[in-house]
Order: sequence, then structure tokens, then C-alpha cells
Amino acid sequence: MNSLILRSATQLLLTILLLFSFFLMLRGHDLPGGGFIGGLVAAAAVALYAIAFGYRAAQAMLRISPRALVGWGLLAAVASGFLALLQGQAFLTGQWWIVELGGGAELKLSSPLLFDIGVYLVVVGTILTMLFALEER
Amino acid sequence: METPLALTVGVLFACGLYLVMQRNLLRFVFGLLLLSGSVNLLIFTVGRLTRGAPAFVPSELSTPPGDVSNALPQALILTAIVIGFGLVVFAMILLLRTYERLGTVKTEELSAHLEAPRPVPMRHDDEAPA
Amino acid sequence: MPGGDRVLIAVLLAFGVALAAPVIVRVAGDRSGWVLALLPAGITAYLLSHGSRVAAGESIVERVAWVSALDIHLSMRLDGLSLVFALMIAGIGTAIVIYAGGYLRGDRQLPRFYLLLLAFMAAMLGVVLSDNLISLFVFWELTSITSYFLVGYKHEDETSRKSALQALLVTAGGGLAMLAGFLILGLVGGTFEISELLSDPEAIRGHEAYLAILLLVGLGALTKSAQWPFHFWLPNAMAAPTPVSAYLHSATMVKAGVYLLARLSPALGGTPAWFWLLTLAGAATMLAAGSLALLQRDSKRLLAYSTLIALGTLVMLIGVGTPGAISAMIVFLVGHALYKAPLFMVAGSVDHEAGSRDVTALRGLGRVMPITWITALVAGLSAGGLPPLFGFVAKELAYEGLFENPLLLGALIAASAVMVLIVYLVAWRPFAGREIHAPSAPHEAPLSMWLGPALLAAGGAVLGFAPWLIGDSLMVPAAAAVLGELHPFRLYLWHGFTLALGLSAVTVALGVVLVWRWRPVHDALRSRTLGWTFGPVGGYDALMAGLVRFAAWQTRVLQSDDLRHHMTIILGFTVALTGLTATFRGELAFDLRHEAGYFYEYIVLVLVGAAAISALRAHSRLVAITSLGVAGFGIAIVFVFFAAPDLAITQFLVETLIVIIVALVLIRLPRGSLRETSNGSVRAIAGTIAVAGGALFTVLTLAVTALPFDASLTTFFEAESYPAAQGRNIVNVILVDFRAIDTLGEITVLAVAASGAYALLRRSFGRRRDDVDTEDRSDRVHVERGGGA
Repeated sequence: MNSLILRSATQLLLTILLLFSFFLMLRGHDLPGGGFIGGLVAAAAVALYAIAFGYRAAQAMLRISPRALVGWGLLAAVASGFLALLQGQAFLTGQWWIVELGGGAELKLSSPLLFDIGVYLVVVGTILTMLFALEER
Repeated sequence: METPLALTVGVLFACGLYLVMQRNLLRFVFGLLLLSGSVNLLIFTVGRLTRGAPAFVPSELSTPPGDVSNALPQALILTAIVIGFGLVVFAMILLLRTYERLGTVKTEELSAHLEAPRPVPMRHDDEAPA
Repeated sequence: MPGGDRVLIAVLLAFGVALAAPVIVRVAGDRSGWVLALLPAGITAYLLSHGSRVAAGESIVERVAWVSALDIHLSMRLDGLSLVFALMIAGIGTAIVIYAGGYLRGDRQLPRFYLLLLAFMAAMLGVVLSDNLISLFVFWELTSITSYFLVGYKHEDETSRKSALQALLVTAGGGLAMLAGFLILGLVGGTFEISELLSDPEAIRGHEAYLAILLLVGLGALTKSAQWPFHFWLPNAMAAPTPVSAYLHSATMVKAGVYLLARLSPALGGTPAWFWLLTLAGAATMLAAGSLALLQRDSKRLLAYSTLIALGTLVMLIGVGTPGAISAMIVFLVGHALYKAPLFMVAGSVDHEAGSRDVTALRGLGRVMPITWITALVAGLSAGGLPPLFGFVAKELAYEGLFENPLLLGALIAASAVMVLIVYLVAWRPFAGREIHAPSAPHEAPLSMWLGPALLAAGGAVLGFAPWLIGDSLMVPAAAAVLGELHPFRLYLWHGFTLALGLSAVTVALGVVLVWRWRPVHDALRSRTLGWTFGPVGGYDALMAGLVRFAAWQTRVLQSDDLRHHMTIILGFTVALTGLTATFRGELAFDLRHEAGYFYEYIVLVLVGAAAISALRAHSRLVAITSLGVAGFGIAIVFVFFAAPDLAITQFLVETLIVIIVALVLIRLPRGSLRETSNGSVRAIAGTIAVAGGALFTVLTLAVTALPFDASLTTFFEAESYPAAQGRNIVNVILVDFRAIDTLGEITVLAVAASGAYALLRRSFGRRRDDVDTEDRSDRVHVERGGGA
């Protein structure tokens, strides 16, 4: 789509939307958001980019094939389940590692987070796979 | 408030049902979309309604205070929305491929591309001499 | 018992040799028949070695647990009746296996043939040796299946295939009825072991289910033994190679029904129902076969009708059930086996060496085929019931056994006269005469093809002079097994000038008249009945055609190719059944005193409903998509109202993405109205189903909300979300922790959908670049048309 306003806005928006999508995904455990919502936002951002610059540019920008994202996402989700097995617990039992960062700040790493990242990647990958396949025709 | 919601569920469901019984595959897909929305709304309604109190645990507490909205149907519906979306997109793509291959999206014209089963006449050597 | 499980081993060994037969045939080549005949010959010898013990009234019983929880055992029982049948199967089998080696010499399918033939033999031995109803049934069905493959041996020939299927459907259909009968019998008698069932006959005969058992088991036996009105499959089964016809369809398989009736007669027999069922079926078979035989000129079909006459006689004698009738049945059974198998093989040899089975096309073959002719004459005289052959002894006994039932006796005499005619047509007419008439230059059959029939025919001659050879040792114990008690009888060739002898003379005289008047009668009947479509065969045809028509009809109506019909039927039934269940069994209760909503909430709901209706009515695609979008966003707002922020966000995003994707698809589809051209009634049906379904959903929603709410799960999630899973967004905690395995399943579904969509769109794309075939060209044409429209 040949619109200067759209193109300029999109370049700015893409970064913000992608960052926002990741943020939504990360904070999802405590506030509205999560892997599904984050993934949908990211997919919408890339779709916007594809509308503005064409799907080839979107593919180039993404660098990685969306199908690979689906694969990595599934892998991450399954792997998060195996973490519990290592601890002798049932598959997919939540595991937590709280890292003290000093000054009262702490970083909560967890297997549900890894799982949510997996969900995020699968959702982005699925939508973009379909979108690009359609665009390619 | 449940009664008007139940009516809305009914209207959405009826429109969806009608559309999936149509000739044009495009309308079929539209029907799927409405059916999906209708069912999501149904699950939401039967999980009981709560206003203004989302299912969150406030930062100073370890359990939600008082009545909050029912989280379980929400979790179910959330995945159902995404899955329904995947289903509709897949159906759209199938529709596109069908059109490219057969040149039509009308169900009865599609069936003309299939070979209809025909009764096979049974004949054999019986007691009458041939 | 001494000797271990040898009877069972004999049966299993036969199956083993059958499986190995293809290999043996490849090694032994043209000598396969002789080599493989060692198996039935060995079994015959083994059985004969038990003859003295069985003759002494002993029965050899073995039992191997199979499915003991269900009282199913591989029980074997060798008593007088089993021994006679097993000897017939193995003894005649020996002759047949040798004969088939010559008859099918050089046939590429010979390995397969021997596999099936020997497997049949093993199964048949299993039938007559089983002492358990269920294992008997399994062997029984195995004979039907092997028979199916053997009748359809010439599988390139349509008639063969049709005949094979007909034989299978009739016999296996009867077999299913028999299984039902066996199950009832087992439940009534409390065991599936035949010997135990027979020991308490009153419990079965007196039970209210007796008639059902009799009819169901009878159906199995009567179809297998080709009794009227199920007789038609047997003449058609003559499409099989002659060794199969001689073995399965005269000597053994068709006798399985006779065996079963004889075997169960101590428990089921002796009632008026038994008497009428069997005598009527037997007499009807004899008379129908006797009259239909007049239409035939094909030697194998003529013999098939004579087999039907014999089978009818046997069933009738079992039905009469007196000691005299049963003794006659056993003797007749052996006599028939000894003459019918050779006659079939002779007919096959003539077909093989002279090129025809049409008895009117052959003359004078006796000059070039003397051994075959002598065999035919000896077997034929026995078949015609003439002294001094065993067939005469058997027929005299049969007449005597029927003295108390003059009508049945009359039927047997009439049928026996037709037997005389058939013997003349098969064993005399083609061979007699000075001039040779045959389609191909005839010559004597090879050793493998005359030895078996000649030995069997000679057996009939020897036993004619000396029937006492097998009287006390085989016949009396067999009859005792059927009667349940010992009734000694003596076999004589010469009874003196008795009533039976007089009736034999009458029979022969009638036969001679038939022979004399055959040609004109035959020609007149043939010209009149060419259009034969009624009767049992017509019934079978009508049934089969009806079945196919019904299948086509229900496929057309219920499983139409048209997706719309499919959906209408499925949804119509679903809505109707759910609705009826909810109405009559749902015990639905409603409580409509809900809390009132805010004004703007009603507006949004009305908007959602209106948008859905607008999507339904839209003729323009743009209007439809916009309406759907409005409905979707409206639902998202409902989620906002009722405190479900995650759902609202998800719904908003999905609606946005759907619009993008639908737009991408639509620009590739032809422009056009969404208006339907359906007629009014189609729309009315769809509308009715839709309105009913919508109303049902409204009602169900209201009914469920009126039920007391079970919050236990929700309470658990609320209580544990932060303490156990360190998450404050309960919805997300459920998704990624409490019910993560569900979510894993769902994202897997998404991944599969992505792969599917990619494969759908990508496959043709990749191929178009590489190898352009016609299919892909047509693909492109459609794309261009789509783009240009």
C-alpha cells in the first residue's frame, strides 16, 4: 500500500507494538495479557508492516520463517514441561527461580513463563504462516 | 441480565446455523464465525456474570477480595477464541484453494466434481438356462 | 485319555500344511498333487486306526482351553458320527488332491489353490470334530470363506465372482443366524460343550426358547446344505473348478448342515417342529431340484441338482428321526459320497479332455476314454440305485426308513427317478455310440485324474457286495451317535423280494420313461422358462438389488455430496434430538428474576444481534464482513462489561486479524453477490432448523443459569493462584499453569492448522515452478479467471 503516512507511522509503530506485545506477554501472569494476547498483538504488528511495505519486506524484516517460530514455540512449551520432570514432579508443574537483583528488585524466572513464551511464538508463527502463504499467491 | 444475554446467544446461534446451511461456502465460513461467538458467549453467561471485578489477586493480598469474575470459563473461552480464529482462517484458505481448483464456491457445483455412487446392476447365472 | 491331543493336532497340522502348500507346490512342481495327498491320506489312516475303539462305543474327547472365561474351548470329540464324516473328508480329500494336480496342471495359481483347498479341508475337519459350539462356528465360517475363494477361483470371470459372493452371502448369512442360535442354546443349556448339551436334551426341548434355537440353528444348517429355498447357490457354485465342485459342493461342505442337524438331533430333534421343518425343507429341495434338473444339459449342473436331491433326502431322513430313518441317512450319506465325487471328477475329466460339459454335444467318448467310462458307469449305477452297488443298499434302506411316511416316500421315489435320468445323461449318453462327437479331440485322462475316481467307484462296488464291511464298524456307531442310543442293524445287498425292492423297480421304470421322453420334455421346458425370474433366485436377486438401491438411496439422501444437504441433515437431527431430550427428559427449570442490566448493556446486545442478522441478510460481501466485525466487537464489549479484560483484548485482536485475512482471501475470489438462489422450501427448512436451534440455545442458557452454581473449581483457582502459582492474573495462571496441558494441546492444534494451511497454499505453488502438469495448468487458468472476474 503506497501511503507515506502509513509507512512512516508503521516503522515507528512496529517497534512499539512488538515491544508492547512482549511486554503484554511477560506481565500476563499478573495483569491482563499473556502469550495469546501478546502473540496476537505481534502478529497484528507484522500484518500492519506487510500491508504497508509488502509481505516480502515483512518476511525480510522478520528474518526467521514463521513456521520455524511455530516449531520453536511448541518446543519451548514442551521443554517447560520437562523442567518439572527434572525435579521429579509431574509434567508441566510450575517451577520458579527468583533472582535477587539488589535494591529490593527481583527477577522471577519460571517454567510457566517459558510456557507462555512458547504460546506467544506458536500464535505469532501460526498467524504469520497463514498470512504470508495467502499473500504469496 | 442473563435473559437478554441468552437471547443474544440464541440470535447469534440461529444466524450461524442458517449460514452454515447455505450454498455459498463464503457464507458457510461466516456462519462458523457466528457459531463460535455464540458458543463463547454461552459459556461466558453460564459461568455467571460479575461486573467490575476482574479475576485478579491484588498486589497486597494473596487471594482475591470478595466476588471476582469467574476465571475458569474465561480461560476456556480465551483459547476457544484463538482456536476458532485458526479454524475460520483455515476454512477460508480451504475455500480459496477450492475455488482455484474447481472454479466455484457453491456447494452444489462442487458436488458435480465428485463422482456420485451409482447402483451397480446385479446379474448372475441363475437357474434359467442362458 | 491315552494318546494326548492327537485329534486336535491332526486338524492343526492340516492348517499348517495348508499354509506351507504354496512352498511345497513350488518345490514339487507337477507332482504336487501326489505329495500333498500324503496329508489327507495320513489323516485317513490315523482316523481308521481309531475305528475299533469308536466301533466299541467309545468316543475320544480332548479339550484345550481357548477362551476359558467364556466357556469356549478347542474341544475335539471323535465318535461314530464324527468318524464317518472325518473319513469322508480325508478319504475323498485324498482323491481330490491327486485329481486336482492333474486337472489344474500348469495353472499359475496352483499354489493358491492348494492353500485354499487344504485350509478348507482342515476347517471342515474342525467342524465335524469340534465338541464346542463356538469353535464349531469358527470352523464353519472358515469353510464358507475358503469356499468363497475357491468358487471365485477364476476371479477374472464375472460369473465366478458373482456366484462366489452369492454362495458366501447365503451360507455366511445363515451362519450368523446359527451363531445367534448357538448363543441362545449355550445360555439355555448352561454350556457351549456339545456333549454336555446333548446329555440333557429335555432342558433344551422344554425351554421356551426352543423354537428360536431350532429356527436359527436350522437356518444355518439349511443354507449350508442348500435346502430349498436357499438351494440356488449350489448350482451357481459350479463356476468353481471341478475338483472344488466334487469336494466342497458334493461330498463335504454341503454336508456340514446335515452333520450339524444330525449332531444336534439328540437335543433338538424329536419334536413336531423339528419333524415338519426338516421334512418339508428336505422334500421341497428334492422336488424342486428334481424338476429343475430337467432344464439342465450341463453335466456339472446336472450333478449339482442330483446333489441337491441327495441333500434333501438326508435332511428329510433326519427330520423323520426314527432309528430306521437315521440308519438309512448314515448309509445314504456314505453311498452318496462314494458315487457323487467320482461322477463329478468324471464330468471334469470329460470337460478337460473333450472340451465340453454339454451332454448333448458329446457322443462316443467311451471308445477313447474307457477307464473314465467304466468309472462313470460303476459310480452311475450306484447313483441310480441299482444293484449290486452300495447306492442300491443305501436307497433300499432309505425307502424302508420312510414306510411310515408315504408322502415323503413318494417324493423320494420321484426324485430318485430323476437321479436315474441324470445318471443316464452324465454317465451313459456322452460315452455311448460309435461315432465320436466332441469339441476337441478327446483322449483318456492321465493317471492322476482317473485313479481317485476309479478307487472311489470301486469302493462303492465292493461295499455293494459286502456292505457288512462297514456296517458294524462305522454305520451302527454313527447312527447310535445321532440317535443317542445303540440300534444295531445289518446291511444286506439282497433283502429278498420286499416292498423296497418293488419300489426300486418302480423307480427304475420311471427313470427309463424320463430317459425315453427327456429330449422333448427338456426342449419344451427350456423354451418356456427362459424368462425365469420368480422363485427363490428371483428373491435373492430382488434382495440384493434392493440392498444396493437402499444403500444408494440412503447415500444420496443422507450423505449427499452437497455440503449444504449434509449440514442440514446433521444439524436438523442434532437440534431435533437435543430439543426432544430437553423437552421430555430435561426437567428444565427457569428462574428469570435476574438482576437488571444497565441501559448501555442492552444497547450493545441489541447491536450484536442486529449485526448477526445483518450478516445473514447481506448481499454484499463488504456489508457481511462489516456486520460480522460489529458482532465480534460487540461480544468483546460484553466481555469488558462483565470484568473479563483478557477475553476482551483477545476478541478485539482476533476480530482485527480476521478482517485482514478475510480481505486477503476475498480479493482472490470472484466478486459476486451472496444472494442465495435456493427455493422457498429449502430456505424454510434451513430457517426452521436455525430458529429452533437458536431457541434451544436460549432455553438451555437460561436453564443452566437457573441451576445452583458450583463454584468449587473457581474457588480453588482463586485461592491457589498466587500462593501456589505466584500469579495474580487468575485466567493466565489457569492457562499456563493449572491447566497448561490443555493449552499445550490447543497450541498444537494451532500449529497443525498452520502446517495444513501452509501445505494447502504452498503445494501447488512449489509444483508450478518445477514440473507443470495439466492439473497445474488448469489451476492457473482458474486463478486467472478469478483475478479477472
